[in-house]
Order: sequence, then structure tokens, then C-alpha cells
Amino acid sequence: MTAQSHRNPTGGRIDRARTLGFTFNGRYYEGHPGDTLASALLANGVHLVGRSFKYHRPRGIVGSGAEEPNALVQLGQGALTEPNVRATQAELHDGLAAASVNCWPGVRWDIGAINGLLGGLFPAGFYYKTFMWPARAWRAYEWFIRRAAGLGLAPREPDPERYDGTHAHCDVLVAGGGPAGLAAALAAGRAGGRVILADEQAEIGGSLLAGGGTIDGRPARAWLDDATAELAGMAEVRVLPRATVFGYYDHNYLGIAERLADHLPPAERAGRARQRVWKVRAGRVVLATGAIERPLVFDGNDRPGVMLATAAQAYANRWAVRVGDRAVVVTNNDSAYQTALDLSESGVAVALLADLRAEVPAALAQRLSRAGIEVAAGSAVVDAAGGTRVTSAEIRRLGADGTTLEGPARHVPCDVIAVSGGWSPAVHLFSQSGGRLRWDEAIAGFVPDISRQAEVSVGAARGTFDLAAALAEGARAGAAAAHAAGFGDGTATAPAANAREVIAPRPVWRVPSAGRGKAFVDIQNDVTAADIALAAREGYSAVEHLKRYTTTGMGTDQGKTSNVNALAILAHATGTAIPAVGTTTFRPPYTPVTFGALAGRTVGPLFDPARLTAMHPWHVQAGTRFEDVGQWKRPWYYPRGSETLHQAVARECRAVRTSLGIMDASTLGKIDIQGPDAAKLLDLVYTNAWGGLEVGRCRYGLMLKEDGMVFDDGVTARLGPQHFHMTTTTGGAARVMAWLEEWLQTERPHWRVYLTSVTTQWAVAAIAGPNARRLMAELCPNIALDAIDFPFMAWRDGTVAGIAARVFRVSFSGESAFEINVPSSQGMALWQALMTAGAKYDITPYGTEAMHVLRAEKGFVIVGQETDGTVTPGDLGMDWIVGKKKPDFVGRRGLARADCKRPDRKQLVGLLPQDPKEVLVEGAQIMADAAAPPPVPMEGHVTSSYWSATLSRSFALALLKGGRARHGQTVPVHAYGKTSWAQVTEPIFYDKEGEKLRG
Amino acid sequence: MLLIACPFCGPRDETEFRCGGESHIARPGPAETVSDERWGDYLFNRANPKGVHLERWLHGHGCGQWFNVARDTVSHRVLAVYRMGDPPPKDLTP
Amino acid sequence: MKYSLLGLIKGAGNHHKDWPAAWRQPEPKPAYDVVIIGGGGHGLATAYFLAKEHGVTNVAVVEKGWIGGGNTGRNTTIVRSNYLWDESAHLYEKSLKLWEGLSQELNFNTMFSQRGVMNLAHNLHDLRELNRRVSAIRLNGIDSEFLTTEQVKAFCPIINTAPTIRYPVLGASLQRRGGTARHDAVAWGFARAADRLGVDILQNCEVTGIRREGIRVTGVETTRGFIGARKIGSVAAGHSSVIAAMAGLRLPIESHPLQALVSEPVKPVLDTVVMSGAVHVYVSQSDKGELVIGAGIDAYNSYAQRGTLQVIEEQMAALIELFPMFSRMRLMRQWAGIVDVCPDASPIMARTPVEGFYINCGWGTGGFKATPGSGWVFAHTIAQDRPHELNAAFTLERFSSGALIDEHGAAAVAH
Repeated sequence: MTAQSHRNPTGGRIDRARTLGFTFNGRYYEGHPGDTLASALLANGVHLVGRSFKYHRPRGIVGSGAEEPNALVQLGQGALTEPNVRATQAELHDGLAAASVNCWPGVRWDIGAINGLLGGLFPAGFYYKTFMWPARAWRAYEWFIRRAAGLGLAPREPDPERYDGTHAHCDVLVAGGGPAGLAAALAAGRAGGRVILADEQAEIGGSLLAGGGTIDGRPARAWLDDATAELAGMAEVRVLPRATVFGYYDHNYLGIAERLADHLPPAERAGRARQRVWKVRAGRVVLATGAIERPLVFDGNDRPGVMLATAAQAYANRWAVRVGDRAVVVTNNDSAYQTALDLSESGVAVALLADLRAEVPAALAQRLSRAGIEVAAGSAVVDAAGGTRVTSAEIRRLGADGTTLEGPARHVPCDVIAVSGGWSPAVHLFSQSGGRLRWDEAIAGFVPDISRQAEVSVGAARGTFDLAAALAEGARAGAAAAHAAGFGDGTATAPAANAREVIAPRPVWRVPSAGRGKAFVDIQNDVTAADIALAAREGYSAVEHLKRYTTTGMGTDQGKTSNVNALAILAHATGTAIPAVGTTTFRPPYTPVTFGALAGRTVGPLFDPARLTAMHPWHVQAGTRFEDVGQWKRPWYYPRGSETLHQAVARECRAVRTSLGIMDASTLGKIDIQGPDAAKLLDLVYTNAWGGLEVGRCRYGLMLKEDGMVFDDGVTARLGPQHFHMTTTTGGAARVMAWLEEWLQTERPHWRVYLTSVTTQWAVAAIAGPNARRLMAELCPNIALDAIDFPFMAWRDGTVAGIAARVFRVSFSGESAFEINVPSSQGMALWQALMTAGAKYDITPYGTEAMHVLRAEKGFVIVGQETDGTVTPGDLGMDWIVGKKKPDFVGRRGLARADCKRPDRKQLVGLLPQDPKEVLVEGAQIMADAAAPPPVPMEGHVTSSYWSATLSRSFALALLKGGRARHGQTVPVHAYGKTSWAQVTEPIFYDKEGEKLRG
Repeated sequence: MLLIACPFCGPRDETEFRCGGESHIARPGPAETVSDERWGDYLFNRANPKGVHLERWLHGHGCGQWFNVARDTVSHRVLAVYRMGDPPPKDLTP
Repeated sequence: MKYSLLGLIKGAGNHHKDWPAAWRQPEPKPAYDVVIIGGGGHGLATAYFLAKEHGVTNVAVVEKGWIGGGNTGRNTTIVRSNYLWDESAHLYEKSLKLWEGLSQELNFNTMFSQRGVMNLAHNLHDLRELNRRVSAIRLNGIDSEFLTTEQVKAFCPIINTAPTIRYPVLGASLQRRGGTARHDAVAWGFARAADRLGVDILQNCEVTGIRREGIRVTGVETTRGFIGARKIGSVAAGHSSVIAAMAGLRLPIESHPLQALVSEPVKPVLDTVVMSGAVHVYVSQSDKGELVIGAGIDAYNSYAQRGTLQVIEEQMAALIELFPMFSRMRLMRQWAGIVDVCPDASPIMARTPVEGFYINCGWGTGGFKATPGSGWVFAHTIAQDRPHELNAAFTLERFSSGALIDEHGAAAVAH
């Protein structure tokens, strides 16, 4: 069937010149540009679109926009599939493929419908009362429950599309492009303010797109066209259609999700970002988000064909679709009268309008009767009969208090029931902004009351449903917002519109039941009026308890059509007034936002961009394996041929110990410290004394937190009387820089010290080994290199391979070593020169793994490996570096606390495994008693463990309770079910006297 | 995303800053005279008020300066911004 | 009335008219033996165990809003006991053991789903820490195992384990007994069970002051009047400092927003809990089908129970890094709780210098899993006026002595 059986030949805002083909549940249909999936389905006479969450009842299209609770579809296929898309918001494109969710094998015949028959067993919260036996069987029950729950299917492939994020500032942000929003944007724009107008629909216009009425004496739609044209011509106004203001955060910061390509067939999306999230800081916000029509709660109100009156009207007027052949309209307010007229005009036979109010609006009723539509005053639809489509409505008269029925039942055949239960202002964004709501009896809805941020609600969003008043409010708010930003005089003329008399709605929250049917409140989550009454009886009478216990309002629509009904029925059940029951907090987002859009460009290589050294391309060329250290990529080891990690590291270590190794040490943090009080700062943040350090010399330092725990370490050189060069750990660079600034600015603001991070200014190649000095001698003509002129822990300026360099005689490997610092731009040249000149010594690049082995042989600790934030200098055997005579340094008082002085603190030791070939697991625990059953008392753990090519055996460093007094003991070390034995030793295994590194 | 008026740079997004917690905590000393309890209080105990909080912020991705902010911990409104070393506005002192 | 399948079948016959209120809504008595401030999971569990284990039934739980409305109803429902230090491991393991029988104990299905909790390692440092942790946990008699990258992929096939991603998955630890539970049900279950033992649950009853005579407490001022109490237990996570200040105490606590979010519900796609510190993700799928995702802590003090967009954006980027297929899923709801951030990322459950005033706070991002265990040891502490050996180390004094229980590794990613 390709004929659009329910499409009128004229009217609507669709482009009949083009026909779009699409499929739903595998069947081919046609629609037109301007259609949503929902309007196109209805144009083809399709109402049945899904099955409900719990009872798998047949469900149809209820709304025409964001409020839709039912018509959720799986859109697209393969990598482009998207679950739970509201058919009312999916713009039709050629080739669109959609399918129902949550039914199997199909939407007409669904096996899950058996739940409907057993419905009596599944009242609200039934799962809290059962599935408890036998104990531990929950996982089995859960398996079935999980499969029954859920709606659509998650994609199974990576998302091939990309997303954008952008920031914007404006004087006035207008959320919602209906009449009030347009009036606000026009007024603010005319005043000259920077304006952003965002609307969730493909077309700006809101209710004007579907409704009638006149503005400034012309059809509203003509005014709309002029208004959008005028806005488009304003340089400072940005109009964003397809853009949902989804979140209102602190300090007038709002999120907008803009759909850039979803309305295009996949083939036309190539090269475009799919969606974009705007993050807008707005001077003022005008909330013109409209209102959402409420359904009425009567038996069978979920049958396909029962829909919101506004939706039926929108389908008729905007999409030229007849939502059925014969309709019944039921309302508790005035607005549905126009719906009845519009339906009738569109060719739907309107059998009857039932108005819950005994007193009906006379003028409107007259117009209906002129159109041949019966108005049944004081009556309601009390039951809708049918299966996969409504077939008739049962009409009864309501008693005076709305809780009883009177008179005979009338069964009116129909295939559509258009329902209006009144209007709820869309206060979601207002509530998110922190504003407080107030219950308005006159409209029977919550309206904005007290603002917390610089915003104002206008039009239907604040309960002003009359078109003229909404336009006036919008214009006033727009002008005032622009004025607050310094534009215009704060006044604006509002367009004139025809005002209407409004008779207050008659809230009948639960239309009395004539029989035994289910009356749904939350139609997506299958929550009935009876469920709410049950929850109230069981004491779940706080609104949040109700929501959580019954799941009402917790679906993908977040209760847009159901929250107020649920609240009112709860109030009735507990005998309290609605305002006393309260309302729930609305949380972002207003409608669901794609994860990928929130991530924006921060995916793949841009997730957390890697930091690379100047020599990185050389390492890559050499086939290096890299290690992630913080954000840096550091060479881990340099395998030759098919070498394993173990083989490569052994070779690299041997090279350093016997000839010459070279390491890229560029990632170490570097801070330039200048000023008359520079040495004082070092005295404060390091544990040792710095005043006496001579220019030209370096010193190792340990930094503590105020609690006395080791925080960072490194070598600092004195470049001049008031000038130091500090190095930090790779991962700690930013932390240390911030730490120093914090102490300077907040504790010692009178000190004159200036810090500059120079980490990436310098590239550093460290050459180490017995041949290091020989190589230096060849490349470095202007530095005296012998151990007396250039001793260990000194630095010199000079040139290396013709490149201006600052050379440090420091060593982390235990060998004679030179750390050559050159400007980053020269790093690669230096490296290549060293490699070339060092070839005769078989210069061997070594990575972090070999570096770790070499330093561990020397017993040098790595902060973050031997320490974990609970380790003091004393624990590391480094009391020697703690200045006893210094009056103060950061951490001094912390170290004096009782717990830091316990003799049984964990202390750094060496371990020699009994089996010299066994490399202990790093992280293995040292047991107090190898024979004890769990929980086994533990005394420490292995912090570093390696194979030493130099020692031809394994060794380790560990933290061990009272370890310094236990050298010589043998302790059990355990990991993964294996206990090994190791001898406790001093934590130094190579060149204890330090002759090599000094030599 | 709070909007914080750096006293040196003007209003900037929160992500340019780092929050450094409670302000006006004096470091006790000299060390020998400070009890463990007093030191523990300095290190760890915080006023953590529900309402006006005097706190330090660092404009790390900007001028690099620390400064003080008086902010309401419920509404998140910034009530005052003042430089390090300046006393808090009198009407905001708890 | 006992909850059972039979009860539901009977109920189906009479429209479930006979189910009684899950807990009474009593008026406050003039005085109680013990007043618990805070009707969250921990407070209700404390009341329950006071009555059940210690025979102290003249107990009121005072809650300023509705029970379970704080962090109990705002967390990501993860339960595990894979903690590094002995003190923590034993405490959380006690809790996990209680979880394993909790539905039966309370006759309320808390839906404790032992689907496993996997912690990913992304660099060599992570791997070392993971080995350390797993070794210690196992020696403490708690289940924990190491998974290689291939085993990670086999256990949770939808994780991106490609070596080319920014922070490749190098391995993981897995606690199979860990999992998730239905958070609200924990509060309701404890409330119902405590109520049946005689505990009064007083909702909409905000504590505005604590009355003392000398150094001894005598009761609480509330919005429903003064309520006398011989002992008071504060279990008001998020507001611990506020309550403590009423008793004249300062705490090593800062209140911060912790955000979480859920996606729209989809059919089962993720059968375990995945946590990553380096990429900063923790995610599971609820029985309803939503992806439940924990985000980060906002950096500033707050009592506002709302968070910021940038934290969510970072969270989504991290999630997509590990699960590229989730990119087209959609955020349905975001929210925040207010957590007590403690300097050593471990809780305080202890007596205080104020006689009769006990405090249970500082759970940071990880309190949900501890709910039954916390209640169990805190009930002991209040009833016996001394800690149980399981909470003996979680004192206030540790902040002056320096004997901290530094679990920052465990909390490197909020949980």
C-alpha cells in the first residue's frame, strides 16, 4: 500500500511535490518533506506503533512532539541505528527505516502480551515482594526480567558519525519559537541585543504551525512568516531550529542540542556533523517553552487511536492528515473545541464532543452545533473499547463532584478519541534553573513562581494561554531583557491578536470507572491509577517515593504528560491538596541528548591528546614500545628484532652498565625559579636546606605534603644567586608547579619569587655509562668534563654537538651520566648527533623499564611507586634529607605526629628471592605468617621487582613493617595463590659507595 | 558551569579555575608549639558551611593568580570576589 | 503481612486492597533511647540493627524529607568489597556478606545482583596497583581475580580493547561477588523491617538543633518539636558538618556534588559493572535497561544536589572511549547527590567528644555498598558505647594522630 489513505489533497506545511519512501516494520510507505515519521504513518492510516513496557499492550501515537510517551521506534540500521526515537520528532527522509520496539515477533501479535493477562499479579512494585526464594536465585529471575524490560536495542557498532560542540554568549536567549518566544526575540532583536532563539522543531513557530487565529489582523501563519524573515535579517540574531534547550545550569549557562543532519538520508550526511551541543552563557533568558496538554485518565485510555486533542489538531492543520474517520473529542477545557472544528474541517467525522464541565462555553458550543457536532455537557468518555485500535467510546454523565457517574451509558463508535485534560506549562527549564513553582488553581497546573536566575517565563510556559496575552508578555520580556543588557529603552509594542474567553478547566483527575478496565497515568511505563492508589496505601506517598515505587514519570518522556495527573491522583488518594503533595524536581535534559553529542569532538585521538617529546618521531621509527605516563608517551623499551620486553631490557641495562646508554628524559617537569626569595621558597617546600647551595651545583630534594607524606622529588640546580632550575617527576610537574604557586601566593605573598613552567622548553637526552664522558668530550669542546672541574651534582653551560646546552651531572642509573638540556627545537638534532657519535660505543637507547631496573639496583625510589601518599621520608630511609635544624618546612609538623613515629611503620627494604630466577610480582603482599588461614595478616608489599642483568638474579624493593630492623630475615611473599620466600636486605644492590656515578 | 569574576581578568568560565577550598585558614606555628589536635584541625577540619563559604580559587588557565570568593553553597551565587590577603567583606563574615 | 508470591496471587483476587503500609507514619514520642538523624540507608540500617541485634527498640529515625531521598536514592548502586587496606576490606566484606542475605533478612527484594565488578587497568602503574590490591584482597579472604586483556574482552565483549586507543585496556581485576542492587529498595526494606521491630520513622522532621547538658546530649530540636534522646547517631551524609556543628563539632569533611546519569532504557547489553580510574568511567545497566553511569565530583563545596554540564561532557567522552557503540545512546536524566569528602577517602564511624553523640559520615563516593555493614557496626557502637572491632580504626582521632586509612586508590574513580 503506497497510497496515503488519510492525507488530504490540500493544506498543511508539507511539500507534496516530492514523495519520500520509508519503511515501518518492514512495510513500505510514502510521505512528504515536512512530515515526521508519526505524521507520515498517520497519513497512511497507521496508529499501532508499539507495545507497552510492562503489559505489552498495543499502543498508538498519542502526541505530536516531545511529549510523546508511546510512539518509540528503532530508527535506522547497522551502525546508524538509534533506539527509542519518538516518531513524532523523527523527521521523515527518503529511505528512512523504522521498527517498533519491545515486541516480539511483531507489533500486531506480541508474545509479551501474556503479561497483560497476568496483569493482576504485577501491581506497582510487585518485584519487591517476590523473587526472593530460593536465596541467590535473583540472578536467574533477573535474567528474564531484564530481557522483558528495556525498550529498543543499543547499537552494536562504533558510531561512524561525528559531533560538534560550540560555545556562545548572548544578551538574550529565547527558548522556544512559538508566538511568545518570537515576540520576545523580535523585541530584543529590534533593540539591538545579541539574541539566540532556539526551537526544538524543524520549523520555528510552535503552536502557530498547527493552530489558527489572527495576529495583527492577518492569519497567524502569515505573521509567522514575516516574523521569521525579519529575524533572519537581523545581524545579531541567531535562529536555531532543530535545537532543543535541554539544560539550564548555574549562572545562566544553558545547553542546546542541535540536530544538524538527522533529517537527511544517510548518503547526504557524509562530511557533516550529525549533532552539535551549544553551551550558551546568556545575559538573560526568556523561557517560552509552551505548555503540554494532559491526557484524561479513564479506562482504556491507552488504546491506539486515543490521542491528545492538540496532536489530532496538529496532524490535521500542519500535516493535512486525518487522524481517523470518526472521532470523539473529550475535554475539560475550551481548547479542544477548536480541535473538534479543525478535525471536522479536515474531513474527520466528529461524532461528539464531551465536555466534563456542566457549563460549556456558549460561543464555542454554538460554533460546534453549527458544524453539526453534538456537545455533551457534563459528560466524559469513561471507557475506550477496542484492541489494536479504538472502536468505540463509552460516554456517561459525571456526578457533581466528579467521582460518580449518572445516567445511561452511550456507546459511540469511533476510531479516534481526541483528549484534552488541560494544560501543564512546560516549566522544566525554569525548574532546572532553580526556580520555585506554584500551583495555580485557575489553570490546574504548576506555574513559575520565584526565579533564582536571570530569566523570565512567558506565554503558555507561565500559564498564559491566550494568544494576545502571550504575545504581549513575550514582547515585554524581550524588550526588558535587551534593556538589561544595555539595548533599547525596555519597551516594545506587541502585535495584536484575537483574545478569547476562557472558562476554567474542570479537573477530574481520575474519570470514574464504569467497569474493570485499566486507566493509565504513565502510559509508557504502564502505571495505572490503581497503581498510584496502591502506592499511597502502602505509604509511598511522598512524590519521589511514588515515582520510584511505581516508576511513574521515569520513562524516556520523563512524565511530560503524566506527572501532574499522577500527583493529583496521589493527592486524592492521601486526602491532601495538590500543592501540599508537592512536585518533583525536573532534571536535565528536557528531552534525551545523544551521548556522542555531549562528548563532541573529544573522542578518538582528541579524547586526551598525547604529549610527545621532540625526539618522539625517532622513537617511533626505532619501533619503540611506549608507556603512558600521565599524558606523556614515554619510550618503554626498544625491542630489536623479535626481542621480548625482558630481553630488550636486559640488553639496555647491560649497555648502560658496561658502555653507554641514552634516554629521552624530556618529560621530567622543569620549573624556572627566580627572585630574591627563591632559596627561601626551596627551603620551605623541600625538606633539606638550600641556602648554601653554590651556583653551578645541584641538589636532590624531597617534597612533602603538610601531613609529612612524600609528594614529589627531583633535582634542583642553582643557576645564579637568585635563579634556580627545578626538576620534578613526569607525572607531578603540574601538581608541583601549582603547589609552589599556592604557597607563594597564599602563605608567602610578600616573597619575591617568580615561577615559570619550562617543561616543554627543554628537550633532554641523558647519556649514562662508563663511556658517557668520552662521548661528551668529543661533542662538547667548551666544558671541562673531568670529575674535579665538573663533579657529580653540578651543571655547566656549553655546547653539545654545536647546540647550546645546559648539562647536568646527575644520575638516576648509578652510572656516570650527563643530562643534556637543549631547546626543544634542537632536541632531535641533539639526539641524532649523540646516536651518530656514540655509535662507536654501541650507544643504546633505553626506556623507562631499563631506567627503573637501573635505579632500583641503586635503591633510588620512584615517587608513586615506592610511595603511595602514606610514606614518610623516614619510611624510605631518607631521614638524612630531612633538615633537623630547619625551623620550618612543609610537612615538618606532620612528621612529628604520633603515627609517623611508630617503630613498626612500613619501611623500604630490598628483597632477594630465594629462587634467584624468580621475579616477584610487583604488588605481591608480604605475609606475617605463611601458614595462617585468611584473613592473613600482611606486613607490606613489593613495590618494584625486576630481573637484574647486572646481578644475574632477580631482586625487589618492598615496604615492610619495621623493615630496617629485619635485614637478613626471610619473609613469605604472596601473589595469585603462590607463596615465594625472599631475604630482606638493605635496599641497594649496586655500587653501594657510589663510586661509579661520581667517577 | 559557574561564572567567576577573576579580580585580575574579569568573568570567566569555571573550567579556567581550580577551587582550592576554604580560605582564611592560618597555618599554625611554630611547629614545636602546636599540639597534634591543633595540627590535625589545621590539616583536615573544615567549616563546610551550608550557606556562605569563603573559599580560594586559582585562575590556573588564565593569570595564574589565587584569590578569594564568597559563594553560597546552596544557590552557588558568587557574593563577592576579593584578593588574597584581603579580609572578607564584613557583611559576609559568618 | 509477609511479602511472597502467594501474597501477590491473593492480592490479584482483590485488587491488592490488603497490602498494609510498608511502615507507619507515627507522631514523635517525647523521647527515645536513641535518635538517628538521617533516614537514608545507613540510618535506617542502624535503627534496624539496634532493634534486631541489640534489643534497642525505642528508636526514632528522623528524616528531614522522605526516607532514602539523599545519597541512597542518588547513587549508581554498585556493591563490592575489593578494598586495599585491611580495615576497609573487613568492613566492606562484612557488608557484602550482609548483602548476600539481605532480601531474605528484610523480606524485601533488594535485587542484589552479583554480576561482577570489573576494575580496568590502563597503564603499568595501574597494573602494579591492581596486583597489589588483588593480592591483599585475596589474602583477606575476599574473592578477586586478575583478568588479562583477552579475558576482559571475553567477560565483557563490548569493551573496546583495541591496543590503539588512547589508554588501552591492559588488564582488570574482577570481583564476581560484587554487583548492583536496587537502591530505593534498600531504604524501604530496612524501613519496613525496622518499623516492624518498633522503630519510629519520622519523615518531614528536620533537625534544627542538638540540645546538650554539659558535654552530654539530651535530645534534638526538630521541625516537629523537641525530641528527647539518650543517644544520638548522626547519619546525615552530605549534611554531616551541619549536624556536627549543632553539637559543637568540626569535622574533616567537605560536601561536594557527585553527579550520575542514566541513558534511555535498552535491551540487555552490559552484564557486569565496569569501572576505570584512568579513563574515568563507571557503568552498569539497570534491570530496567538504563545505562547507569557515574560521573565526577564537582570541585567546589555544595549542598545543592545539582551538578554541571562539563562534568557530564567529560563523562560521556570517557564512556565512548571505552564503549564506542554507546555514542548513539541518549542521556535521559542527570542528577547529583551531596557526598562527604573525607581527607583519606575512608569513613568515620565513631564516638565523639560529645557524650551520647555518635557520628557516621565521610563515605565519600562509596557509601551505598556499605549500607548494611555500616548500620551493623554503627548500631554496635551506639548500643555498646564502643566500636566493634570492624570500625575501631574509623575514628575521628586518626586525623590528629595521623593513622589514616588512605583509600584514595579505591576512590580514584568515584563509585
